[in-house]
Amino acid sequence: MAQANKVNYRELITNGIVKENTIFKLALSLCPSIAVTNNLKNGVLMGVAVLFVQVMVNITISLMRTVIHPKVRLPIFMLVISGWVTVTDLSMAAAVPDVYKQMGLYIQLIVAFASILARAEMFASKNKIAPSMADGIGMGIGFLFALTVISFFRELIGRGSLWGMPIINAKPLLIMILPAGGFFAVGILMALFNWIDVKYLKTKTGGHEESTHECKTTLLTPAGD
Amino acid sequence: MDKAKKEHQLTVSVSPHIKSEETTSRIMWSVNAALLPATVMGAYFFGPRAVFILAIAIIAAVLSEYIFQKSLNRKISVNDGSAFLTGLLLGMNLPPSVPFYIPIVGSFAAIVITKQLFGGLGFNVFNPALIGRAFLLISFPKLMTIWKEPTAAFIQFDAKTTATPLGILKEEGVAKLMEMFGDNITLYTQLFTGHRAGSIGETSSIALLIGAAFLLYRGYISWHIPVSFLGTAALMAWIFGTKGALFTGDPIVHLLSGGMLLGAFFMATDYVTCPSVRKGQILFGIGCGFLTMLIRLKGGYPEGVMFAILIMNCFSPIIDRGFRTKVFGAKKEIKESKK
Repeated sequence: MAQANKVNYRELITNGIVKENTIFKLALSLCPSIAVTNNLKNGVLMGVAVLFVQVMVNITISLMRTVIHPKVRLPIFMLVISGWVTVTDLSMAAAVPDVYKQMGLYIQLIVAFASILARAEMFASKNKIAPSMADGIGMGIGFLFALTVISFFRELIGRGSLWGMPIINAKPLLIMILPAGGFFAVGILMALFNWIDVKYLKTKTGGHEESTHECKTTLLTPAGD
Repeated sequence: MDKAKKEHQLTVSVSPHIKSEETTSRIMWSVNAALLPATVMGAYFFGPRAVFILAIAIIAAVLSEYIFQKSLNRKISVNDGSAFLTGLLLGMNLPPSVPFYIPIVGSFAAIVITKQLFGGLGFNVFNPALIGRAFLLISFPKLMTIWKEPTAAFIQFDAKTTATPLGILKEEGVAKLMEMFGDNITLYTQLFTGHRAGSIGETSSIALLIGAAFLLYRGYISWHIPVSFLGTAALMAWIFGTKGALFTGDPIVHLLSGGMLLGAFFMATDYVTCPSVRKGQILFGIGCGFLTMLIRLKGGYPEGVMFAILIMNCFSPIIDRGFRTKVFGAKKEIKESKK
């Protein structure tokens, strides 16, 4: 328990944003990142919803971690997650009904997000409340950041507008707001994010003791994995 | 030559010792040359604007390849002619009336997204020029379907817009097509010479066939894909061509219109994205022909060559695996594990 005093909250939060970014690094939860990001408003609201659910689930699981029997932990995690998703779902339906009409289905789908269950299982069920909350905030902000960036570029290029307001007065590239363009945007931004990480941030990717030089060469080799 | 041979014999090196004269760049430039007749005919029918579009597409393709490779410190391979070929094929697949920024966007999508991001020449899953066109067709559906009436004069001032023969066939049926062109013979000759609305490089069947004959003669493409592609399409057109009646369709109209010949000879046969085993190539061609006719007759678009080839591109690796050639000297696997 002495360890608890040494928790580095800054690292916990940045971990979720950069090193283990749900979309750009772990490539999890790609379904909403393509489905709801064809305009900035939807992308940001989805990100906020996930942030809220992630933090609340982490807190709840962390509170319950001593009473959950290990054999039934997954059903209980799922129950907690769906409880918080229902809360989010209903509050969004009440607060922003017009956006909710477009993306209501995807809000309910947060239940099935691998990232939320994974954080509950790997982190919140083993740690105290404060670190779990920090982890949830980091992960949620990472997700929000990814969705914001993706939807920013998709709306800007695909519609020539931002948050519904026209910005560019040229013929937009319609493909960017269609699902195919979503794949393009996610793929290219993922590559860009990793490139910036390797080049400037230099976070070590989970567990491997790679030097940045090695990362660089793998990035430049054609058809490298 | 003799001296070179002797020097060759004295070289001590690891295998291979016998090398073909053919190189990637030689083949690529030959394909470019084979497309020349169709390019000239396109320029003749659609005027200087068509030439500008082709030039812009080529320059944009070569430049994006150069800039991308330069910025990633990769080996610069613009001289091998593959980027030039991608640009040329993309330009030939565009309607002659598109604004000038369209070929730039298309070439960028073709070279950077389809080819270089997957690792450059030899690693791309899809045909770059076709992805470029698909990208444009989906992004600018209106602009990409405005077709100009061809004029035999090089300089023209009042370009009328019209529908392609396939568009007419789709919307109004074969009777309207006959009404426009007169009788069967005129229709066929017009389609054969290329006096019809369509993309810049796809209209002139005769010019495309000359180029294809050159490639076949030099052995750069084999007959397997084009023959199975066109054969399947002709068969489908004959059987299902007219609505309500079987075996009465007109295969010639379908073969000579749209991008069928350009696709079958120059784009489905792309080395990188088609299967490399002969039997597999036949299956690939049949798939292309089938999907093309399925889209033409039942789909929402009047033309289906592009999507057909792209869909079959995904199956290339699986086809190659299915028709894997027997390794010389290898024994058949004995299936005794079931016992």
